[in-house]
Amino acid sequence: MATHNTMKTYAVAFTLCIVCSFFVSSAAILLKPRQIMNRELDIKKNLLLTSGLLQDADAERENIQKAFRQVEAVLVDLQSGELVENIDPDDFEVIKATRDPAARYMISAAKDKAKIKTRAKYARVYFVKTVSVIRQTPMVPAPAGNHETSSVRKQRVPEDFTLIILPVYGKGLWSTLYGFLALEKDTLTVRGLTFYQHGETPGMGGEVDNPKWRAQWPGKTVFDEDWRPNIRLVKGGVNPALRDAIHQVDALSGATFTSRGVENLLHYWLGEDGFGPFLDKLRRRHNGQGGTE
Amino acid sequence: MNRSKKILFAPICAQNPIAVQILGICSALAVTAKLETVAVMALTVTLVTALSNVSVSLIRHHISPSIRIIAQMTIIASLVIVADELIKAFSFEMSKQLSVYVGLIITNCIIMGRTESFAMKHGVFESFLDGIGNGIGYSLVLFFVGVFRELLGSGSLFGQQILPLIGEGGWYQPNGLMQLSPSAFFLIGFFIWGLQILKSKNIVRDSYD
Amino acid sequence: MIEHYLSLFIKAVFIENIALSFFLGMCTFLAISKRTDTAIRLGMAVTVVQAITIPANNLISQYLLRDGALAWAGLPNVDLSFLTLVSYIGVIAAIVQILEMVLDKYFSGLYNALGVFLPLITVNCAILGGSLFMRQRAYNFGESVVYGIGSGLGWALAIAALAGIREKLKYSDVPEGLQGLGITFMTVGLLALGFLLFSGIQL
Repeated sequence: MATHNTMKTYAVAFTLCIVCSFFVSSAAILLKPRQIMNRELDIKKNLLLTSGLLQDADAERENIQKAFRQVEAVLVDLQSGELVENIDPDDFEVIKATRDPAARYMISAAKDKAKIKTRAKYARVYFVKTVSVIRQTPMVPAPAGNHETSSVRKQRVPEDFTLIILPVYGKGLWSTLYGFLALEKDTLTVRGLTFYQHGETPGMGGEVDNPKWRAQWPGKTVFDEDWRPNIRLVKGGVNPALRDAIHQVDALSGATFTSRGVENLLHYWLGEDGFGPFLDKLRRRHNGQGGTE
Repeated sequence: MNRSKKILFAPICAQNPIAVQILGICSALAVTAKLETVAVMALTVTLVTALSNVSVSLIRHHISPSIRIIAQMTIIASLVIVADELIKAFSFEMSKQLSVYVGLIITNCIIMGRTESFAMKHGVFESFLDGIGNGIGYSLVLFFVGVFRELLGSGSLFGQQILPLIGEGGWYQPNGLMQLSPSAFFLIGFFIWGLQILKSKNIVRDSYD
Repeated sequence: MIEHYLSLFIKAVFIENIALSFFLGMCTFLAISKRTDTAIRLGMAVTVVQAITIPANNLISQYLLRDGALAWAGLPNVDLSFLTLVSYIGVIAAIVQILEMVLDKYFSGLYNALGVFLPLITVNCAILGGSLFMRQRAYNFGESVVYGIGSGLGWALAIAALAGIREKLKYSDVPEGLQGLGITFMTVGLLALGFLLFSGIQL
């Protein structure tokens, strides 16, 4: 009698596991392509929204793909600020690089304002091309995924661009916030800041997604005269009469950690450990001399 | 039919999972700052409770007591994972806002509490009703808290601005306390107070019949 | 190095108190806080379970579930992260079960003192929540241990405080409708507001 019951217990447990695994795995596998597509589309959409190339947050997939043709990506070596020659920017996978000891850079605690501990040595930078440049650039079909060097697109910063879009990320309260910062050609003025992925508290830190909060960013400046990062999220609201207001944005109500996280990640990625060297080189190239007003 | 009605409606007031049974409180506090997130949470919890009740009820005669807790947990966890994957696939914006909380539904004591105390002892249809009823009771409290928190905290409902904020040229100064999570505690306390008063009034009336 | 762990510990106990800042583990928190001695015992049980499960889940995440984690077994392209929730819960349930058996056999005094609380801990959202936080913040093993002990102690501190207050409240004149659960909610709300003070501390 006891054996019979034990056997039955095992049988029931086993069957339960099989049935549950079937449902869970099916859901995960069947839905994964859709989820991946959603994610990629979401990233593209946010990049476009940040830059103002897309106005409608509920845009259709075709519109997003079409608008994205104006964007060109390059791969940058963050430490030197130079372009990376032999890797296709579209093939570069940031997350894998941060785990690969050869491709990542461990951030010392003193410099790690964004609390991300490691970052990849390279990063993608996006340029939004001017209309005349778009017409000149031949439409290149999407790479088939083979990695022969002959098929790697020769990289260069587009001759004329209107916006620079930097991928930024850093720790908030509950999660890491991933987003895009769009800077005007002067590398000083913000066109927009949006976060396409985060797990902050809905209604509080999650208000980084609120269009009204996002609307504060265009026109703000992120560097001071010596090109050091200068941007603050101010609790209680920004006083527009103050001279410093151009470097300030309202903090998120009730979300101290998230606000601090946003400020810190901006300071990290705009600073010398992040895109600082690249932006510096860009300025010299375009101004002919050292960083000017 | 009367019995079914009782099973369905009891958890909405008299046996409200949050206010009376002290279950499912964690998420009630964290996601109630905006009504949009409340709606998704409420729907998910209601469906998961109902479906897990049904599943447990289906196999209740076959689960041996020694593995029943783990068996229930496996069912609940599987349902939550499927729900999470579905939300990520079909409502990407929502999933970004709710990420951690959907996972925490597994430990939402309401679901485990109902499977253990009701579904193990009742038939499939009744378990389904009990799940829906508890889900509705839970949603009721969440909506109550959410309405106050969003209206008084941000002047809006479901994202639609109702009270124009001072910052946008209006007159309403958003109530900072309502935006913070502890306010949910106070609001639930008031809800319980109201519920108890209602219940004691009913008791007094009944005793005179 | 020591400062890093110390600040992590202080953050877990006070600034990011898992009960009063994140509101996890509320159900047992409210139900078992009527007397200080039971509250402290439950708090200790939660601390022990947290201190064991969070590092255990950390290892499982790192070597089994993460994208590319199975490289050591020759399967570098496998991504099992969708199994995180069910694995964590399974590990927690198993560890609680084992803990119960070990206590029963070798520390029966403690086992009797904890009584029915151990099984209750399995469904405590603070335990699962702690593991989920550990994964989100990508703690390594050492940090997981410190975070486990810290978050458990923070929860214990909160429930002990609440129990102390509730014991005193028994002598107060609470309106009828608020007695019991209602006034407890209000009290916890005030406690939570108090702990908000800590959020201004930068470590």
